[in-house]
Amino acid sequence: MTLFLLRRLLYALPIVLGVSLVCFALVHIAPGDPLISVLPPDATDEVRARMMAAYGFDRPYHEQFLLWAWRALHGDLGMSIATARPVASEVIRAVGNTLILAVAATVIGFAFGLLFGVVAGYFRDSWIDKAASTLAVVGVSVPHYWLGMVLVIIFSSELGWLPATGMGPSGSSGWVPDLEHLKHLALPALTMSVIPMGIVARTTRALVAEILSQDFVGALRAKGLSEGGVFRHVVKNAAPTAIAVMGLQLGYLLGGSILIETVFSWPGTGFLLNNAIFQRDLPLLQGTILVLALFFVVLNLVVDVVQTLLDPRIQRA
Amino acid sequence: MSAVELQGLNVTFTGGTKPVRAVRGVDLGVDRGETVALLGESGSGKSVTLRALLRLNPERKSRIEGSIRVAGQDVMALRGRALEDFRGKVASMIFQEPSLALDPVYTLGAQIAETVVKHEGGSRAAGWARALELFRRVRIPEPERRLNAYPHEMSGGMRQRAMIALALACRPQVLLADEPTTALDATVQIQVLLLLRELQREFGLATIFVTHDIGVAVEVADRIAVMYAGRIVETGPVREIIRNPRHPYTIGLLRARMGHEQRRGARLEAIPGAPPDLSALPPGCAFAPRCRFAEPVCSVQDPAEEAVAPQHLVRCLRSAATLAPAG
Ligand SMILES: Nc1ncnc2c1ncn2[C@@H]1O[C@H](COP(=O)(O)OP(=O)(O)OP(=O)(O)O)[C@@H](O)[C@H]1O
Ligand code: SF4
Ligand SMILES: [Mg+2]
Repeated sequence: MTLFLLRRLLYALPIVLGVSLVCFALVHIAPGDPLISVLPPDATDEVRARMMAAYGFDRPYHEQFLLWAWRALHGDLGMSIATARPVASEVIRAVGNTLILAVAATVIGFAFGLLFGVVAGYFRDSWIDKAASTLAVVGVSVPHYWLGMVLVIIFSSELGWLPATGMGPSGSSGWVPDLEHLKHLALPALTMSVIPMGIVARTTRALVAEILSQDFVGALRAKGLSEGGVFRHVVKNAAPTAIAVMGLQLGYLLGGSILIETVFSWPGTGFLLNNAIFQRDLPLLQGTILVLALFFVVLNLVVDVVQTLLDPRIQRA
Repeated sequence: MSAVELQGLNVTFTGGTKPVRAVRGVDLGVDRGETVALLGESGSGKSVTLRALLRLNPERKSRIEGSIRVAGQDVMALRGRALEDFRGKVASMIFQEPSLALDPVYTLGAQIAETVVKHEGGSRAAGWARALELFRRVRIPEPERRLNAYPHEMSGGMRQRAMIALALACRPQVLLADEPTTALDATVQIQVLLLLRELQREFGLATIFVTHDIGVAVEVADRIAVMYAGRIVETGPVREIIRNPRHPYTIGLLRARMGHEQRRGARLEAIPGAPPDLSALPPGCAFAPRCRFAEPVCSVQDPAEEAVAPQHLVRCLRSAATLAPAG
């Protein structure tokens, strides 16, 4: 087991290295001058050169990368050009906020997706299946920002039950687990949950139907198990795949939906990326992408390990 | 009284466009301690008959008629909890492919213990203790370790032994074995057959053993019932059937077998022609298109069951003609 874990960690290393390289290169691949947003357009060449030196842009690439990576390793992702605050703290806060949103959306999406999927799989080709599948397809294909706006119109403008934007009262940008913040979370989480819900419902339906068609299900009935008992076996068979899907969905949602976070002014990574792009804040962009990419790598690792632990058929070597 | 008593069993699958008459009027009795081999080509309705005994055919897509009595219970009348209590406890089943019939993500010990707890109550530990006892009984080496193994970690023969242990976990009175050795290598096949015969005697099981291999049938059974197109066409004691087959289909099977010089596991396909479409059966004898003895009357009249010797029943209009050692 330890060996297996070590191996997986080792496999992750080159990915991390590659990810960092790409993030680093972003600044230099991006068209235009990285200093364009900090310097006035009429800055002298001397000022420009001094700034280049200050940001380290004048050194050879490999040196720049090593320095950048070394700092990143120590949690220093540089300063945001636009706000002059450390990128690391901005990113961490945004990741935290997106994490809350993503987890809430995944939980909601999973609860309903599993429900629809299992029911549809059990009653395949019946009207229940068709209803559940239709709902899932609608969920996948409806544009999210549009759904978000519809929800805002219904629950905020018309009914006045839930706030439309922000993370908490009076522009709060940190999470506090109270009713107010939960109310602010409700609409964006619901909107976002539609993404994993559709995918989970479809995956689960196929999975459950496939498991139910296997011989061992008949054998379980033959030995006298009740439908509930058979269902337990179906769940255990479906769990490894379902959890892998959940992990990956969480990963995608962590990238933060730029559209949803913008519609709801949710101060997460999507919102941050949006700002960084529009303000040409390259260190911020770089840092955000790096952190997100690393998150994704770690999440993949966790999913892999959990799946292996749950599924005895996967070799643990 | 027989341990198993089938009378006028009909199973029709109604899921497709045309109803498929998979089993058409099967009568079969099996006594305690007796083994009956159900013999026939692929698609003749052997598995469907066996599954009907546990009411395992899909309820919503099939129609079942006739009377099924097992160990004094009216199986057709069982519902819900009573049916669960019957399955695996009074009658249990062994499947052809143990690799498919065992849940891949549960250990073998857990699968047996679960059955024991379901039927007898008691603790999981008691269930595991029973599982260990059974693993010893079916001679699985290193039983303690193997109980914690998953199906894919065992060889085919060991898996089938585990399946047998599972089937016998709650001391059933009736064992339904659906081609339990077909998927195994020849040498393993013999070991498993011998084990099954030994356990069947020890437990006094009434056994229905489905196979399409006459050699296997001769080895394990007291009686043979030959099935063709959803119907039992000939039944009798093993020796009687082998020495004095009277149905043209049985005669064909035996001759094909001789021609292949005892090749174990050989498919019964040496009789020219194919079995009829069960959703569009012509009138008369279903075997007529392939029968060497057929006469015009055969495609008009449905042959009734006739006793040609004590305990030896045949469904053939021309059983008098088949008596002579035909060329
Ligand atoms: N669930 C089902 N739905 C529809 N038709 C079925 C179903 N199960 C079996 N049949 C049909 O019933 C007929 C008998 O099948 P059965 O499985 O009993 O054959 P068998 O004698 O066991 O053959 P084999 O040697 O291949 O196992 C076949 O024509 C099959 O297509
Ligand atoms: S009834 Fe006729 S067709 Fe059928 S088996 Fe006998 S001889 Fe052949
Ligand atoms: Mg079969």
